[in-house]
Amino acid sequence: MRLALLLFALPAFAQVTHQRLLNAEKEPGNWLTYSGNFAGHRFSPLKQINDQNVAKLTPAWVYQSNSLQKFETTPLVVDGVMYITEAPSHVTALDTRTGRTLWRYRRTMPDDVRVCCGQVNRGVAILGDMVYVGTIDSHLVALDSKTGAVRWDVAVADNKTGHSITVAPLAVKDKIIIGIAGGEYGIRGFLDAYDARTGKLAWRFWTVPAAGDPEAKTWAGDSYKRGSAATWVTGAYDPETNLLYWGTGNPGPDWNGEVRAGDNLYSDCLIALDLDTGKLKWHFQFTPHDVHDWDATEVPVLVNAEFRGQPRKLLLFPNRNAFYYVLDRTTGQFLLGKPYAKQTWAKGLDDSGRPIRIPGTSPTVEGTPVWPSVAGANNWYSPSYSPDTKYLYVAAREAGSIYYFGKADFKPGEQFNGGGFKAIPGEEDWGAIRAFRPATGEVAWEYKMFTPPYSGVLSTAGNLVFGATAEGQIFALNAATGKPLWRFQGGGTVRSNPISYMSDGKQYVAMTMGNSLYVFHLQ
Amino acid sequence: MFWLAPFLLFQLQQPLDIPAANPHTTAADIEQGRRLYMGRCAGCHGPTGDGGKGANLASPTLSRAAEDRALYRIIRYGIPDTEMPGSLMDSLELWQTAAFVRSLGRVAVTPVTGNAANGAQIFRTKGACLGCHAMGAEGGRTGPPLAGIGGRRSATHLRAKIENPAADVPHTFRLVTLTTKAGKTLRGIRLNEDTFSIQLRDFSGNPHSVWKDEIAQFSSEKKTNMPAYKGRLTEAELNDLVAYLANEKGAQ
Repeated sequence: MRLALLLFALPAFAQVTHQRLLNAEKEPGNWLTYSGNFAGHRFSPLKQINDQNVAKLTPAWVYQSNSLQKFETTPLVVDGVMYITEAPSHVTALDTRTGRTLWRYRRTMPDDVRVCCGQVNRGVAILGDMVYVGTIDSHLVALDSKTGAVRWDVAVADNKTGHSITVAPLAVKDKIIIGIAGGEYGIRGFLDAYDARTGKLAWRFWTVPAAGDPEAKTWAGDSYKRGSAATWVTGAYDPETNLLYWGTGNPGPDWNGEVRAGDNLYSDCLIALDLDTGKLKWHFQFTPHDVHDWDATEVPVLVNAEFRGQPRKLLLFPNRNAFYYVLDRTTGQFLLGKPYAKQTWAKGLDDSGRPIRIPGTSPTVEGTPVWPSVAGANNWYSPSYSPDTKYLYVAAREAGSIYYFGKADFKPGEQFNGGGFKAIPGEEDWGAIRAFRPATGEVAWEYKMFTPPYSGVLSTAGNLVFGATAEGQIFALNAATGKPLWRFQGGGTVRSNPISYMSDGKQYVAMTMGNSLYVFHLQ
Repeated sequence: MFWLAPFLLFQLQQPLDIPAANPHTTAADIEQGRRLYMGRCAGCHGPTGDGGKGANLASPTLSRAAEDRALYRIIRYGIPDTEMPGSLMDSLELWQTAAFVRSLGRVAVTPVTGNAANGAQIFRTKGACLGCHAMGAEGGRTGPPLAGIGGRRSATHLRAKIENPAADVPHTFRLVTLTTKAGKTLRGIRLNEDTFSIQLRDFSGNPHSVWKDEIAQFSSEKKTNMPAYKGRLTEAELNDLVAYLANEKGAQ
């Protein structure tokens, strides 16, 4: 009898088809892909929790991770099951109503994993009846979504040479797109597509050239061989152009540009690739010859909107380098760029979007103070676009760093930094959630935070924006005005992005805080 | 749910085994460690390790790092609830940095010239330091406790702090004054602060926590209550006071 009731209570488990992913907005109760939809919106059409009742939001359940590493996962939710990753590369399936574990995938890691910034993971992708996870030892693993059993496991790269995977894969059509991390190890960056069913490599796009490629001329000597340009944050996809949009990371070594004179393509770029072939359609480089470690690894936000009176297919990109960019996503044409946080390194952008650098802002042996900080005006923390308010929401960081220049000796598997950084003494860093009018970059409202955040935002049809602080609070703001409406202290620095889903007719908001996953509802 | 049983037996991955003694201590390692130290550590600990905002490292023994493994962990992960951050270096670089830090303790330290016994008197009389600072069982609660300060901070740094304390106030000892919407004025040392609230300890030692939306006025016109002693004490008195504090190694 109990079993029968249980079966009755669970929703029908349907396969997660590409068609479902394409129409993610039509099933707002689920959260099917990293950013909620292919356009990178991180918007929930749910409105049971809204600006009128959010003050009563309270924890429904808490999941405590066994790992004390940073907990950066974006949960996916499909038909009553939540799939999360835990550091270093574990996958756990949870019941969305009770928080109880359904299955776990635990991976034994080799001792010689090399990472710059923690053995972290930002989430899974789901397609068909499989869940996909990239691992910190640089494998891509397909798991049975019902049991967690390994269906296939392919080596994407070698962890001994400083490659690792922290990014949530993106499942599109019949492919699993996976990026690589290792920008502090002088790797040769790439973006891969694997056959979702078999794990066979479909294509690889190298973000750093080989000898003889025209892009090699943008690197002095053979410096491209250690060029990095990692691809460690999940991109976006537009079915109409069939293009995949993905950000690339810093050139290697981070702070010593002398050994790699030139623009260093395709570091710090937005690349637009044909999904079927992996061929480059266009690219836009935000920070040519970067010497501050300003990876262009943010989530691209795809919006169709009027730009100077013309309806256009836009790509919005609040970059780590403190400039907000609007590109035409069909052609890559630069449309707009302006600072959205304090910056002291560029006078502005020229007509092509290229920064006009202020002299004396490069790292030095003695140290050069520059805004934004090494962590940037934003980082991998997701922005959000609401089709209701038509605002782009960004968690902005107001901070600078002192940048050091150092020698850069390359040895495979060792950090290849060429310098370092530290905080500027006596400076009071701060942060803000800002609502932008996408086509102009004007700030509609700002909500100030005491320190710069390490987390992204979610907007919902309930006229809400959810964000979080470095001091462990999640909060909700009125999406139209920025007025604070609710907050909760979760007890640990928040390093993730919120989502929302529905289970048994109730809306939930989920976000990791410290080493726990909190799930909130209206009691 | 029998099929969950295997997971209950699952062992957590053990942290990688860190050797107790530094395996990388050649001259080349120390030289590489020096380079790393200059970029990452010298800003707070000083180029010669005699401290500043950070602890004095030019000491044969380090109170928090008796063995190399502890030093490695501190460089890697930082010290919670202090301003010492962790670092992104790989294990070789961490060991090399640790090797250089150890080498700092083998360098002769500039001798302190003042009279420590005289300094102890100034500390208790003319300096009136106990009004705010605890020294073991005696003293106030407004400033940082000073028992064992000579083991943590160098004479150079102590002198700079006494002469001009406002130059760099630790974030947990900042002076704040606020008035609530209910008309209550609170003044004290900030213990903690975030976007929504602030915690402080008043000069009677009582803790207060206030939501920021209940604050009518917030002022932090002065960062510290500590006066600058340059000019208040003679050069000789300053030397003596520094000598007293630099030799204050705390209860053994």
